[in-house]
Amino acid sequence: MLKRLSGVLVGLGHRVTTGIWRIGAGARLFFYIWVYLIESFKRPGLIVREIFATGVLSLLIILVSAFFVGMVLGLQGYNTLQKYGSSEAIGVLVALSLVRELGPVVTALLFAGRAGTAITAEIGLMKATEQLSAMEMMAVSPVARVIAPRFWAGVISMPILAALFSMVGVLGGYFVAVPIIGVDDGAFWSQMQANVDFRDDIMNGVIKSLVFGVVCSMIALFEGYDAPPTAEGVSRATTRTVVNSSLAVLAIDFILTSFMISV
Amino acid sequence: MSDNIVEIDNLSFGYKGRLLHKGINMVFPRGKVVAIMGGSGSGKTTLLRLIGGQLKPNVGEVRVDGKVVHEQSREGLYQLRRKMGMLFQFGALFTDLSVFENVAFPIREHTDLSESMVRDFVMLKLNAVGLRGAHSLMPTELSGGMARRVALARAVALDPQIIMYDEPFAGLDPISMGVVCNLIRSLNDALGATSIVVTHDVHETFTFVDYIYFVSDGIVVAEGTPDELRNSEMPFVHQFVHGEADGPVPFHYPAPDYKNEMLRGRDA
Repeated sequence: MLKRLSGVLVGLGHRVTTGIWRIGAGARLFFYIWVYLIESFKRPGLIVREIFATGVLSLLIILVSAFFVGMVLGLQGYNTLQKYGSSEAIGVLVALSLVRELGPVVTALLFAGRAGTAITAEIGLMKATEQLSAMEMMAVSPVARVIAPRFWAGVISMPILAALFSMVGVLGGYFVAVPIIGVDDGAFWSQMQANVDFRDDIMNGVIKSLVFGVVCSMIALFEGYDAPPTAEGVSRATTRTVVNSSLAVLAIDFILTSFMISV
Repeated sequence: MSDNIVEIDNLSFGYKGRLLHKGINMVFPRGKVVAIMGGSGSGKTTLLRLIGGQLKPNVGEVRVDGKVVHEQSREGLYQLRRKMGMLFQFGALFTDLSVFENVAFPIREHTDLSESMVRDFVMLKLNAVGLRGAHSLMPTELSGGMARRVALARAVALDPQIIMYDEPFAGLDPISMGVVCNLIRSLNDALGATSIVVTHDVHETFTFVDYIYFVSDGIVVAEGTPDELRNSEMPFVHQFVHGEADGPVPFHYPAPDYKNEMLRGRDA
């Protein structure tokens, strides 16, 4: 009995110390990314290449998802609003839902699944095949050459992807509400224009997507960089990227929203 | 200036409670090709990582060009590494870059040469390893031997003073093996560099190196020129050089008594 209890305590202690160690290692990596900030932007070609890999190649899945999300919002919104005789407010509902919440959050979740996993797997495999060690031995910092450009590419891509998500989502909502259901075209756009505030709605969405860009990129990069250099290690790291990014995005969204609403 | 470009002094290194090296002393004279030999898991590759400053010794020190490696700042360490080239076991080529770009990588990172000069340098190095014609291929299009040669061209791209080879013959066919042997020797002599070759391929290594260290159980068990070691009567050297299955290096991993273990299995 005592032996089993001590085994449980040892296991718990090991998990706690590993968790603390990983937070510390992640913070150190984050610090080094800032140390190499200037060096990263001296080579814009690397960042542009990574923006293509993470941002442009994620466009299709994000835009298609946005269109469907917008259409669902249009349907659900109309279904509820017509009960209160305010179906013209469908444009506001779709726009605010997308700009404030669904745009940044769903984009971040899709980004974690599409680009985050690719980043983790790529860096994990670079580590497993000693490419990062080779770089170190050539007196080239892997953080400056591999990690930092991917980080900044993620941070730059996320707000743009979220903005495009919201835009296409609104078009999806319009497609369902106006041509299919028959809501008035002018009411759809004018109510949206009148009730969506640039600072309170759009800027808050941009801030959220920037924070999600930092968090998702950082988790994907750290998981790859910290992955044990084996097939199993890389596969576990890739899974952790999706799980941790998704949980972090949802939790941080709640925290940010609570601050934004109280302000 | 010391005659030895690399000196390992009373080095002990271990991790997770296991001591891999127990007071190792080695010297690597300038201009020589020196091999470090020993069985799998004897810590040969770890020695290269200690020389390159990727690991820190628990006790003792490694000096490269008179400087203690683990006492260097990050910048100092990077300056030391610019004097080194390393060939990794499976090449470690950057898979997203072509052969040309792989060899150009260290040149682009550490010099401000014009594009035409970079091209000349890269073609020169690729020609030296016989792969000038493969400059536009991607690493995935290369055979194991070709990848190793491209990695060698990349390792010597900046004419390093020290070239380290981690198992350069692993998985190569006899022709590629002969090619790599000749390249190690000829590049070393042409560049006036010092080569450190970590390997367990006895026959190939004995044909081109100047000096050999045998490592086993964390210590240097024998050292000498190929001729001295070929004629050595030391049991370990004899077993290793002649590829005998059993001897000072046992065939069996430590285990309880065979008979007792089998009988216990039957009871269970």
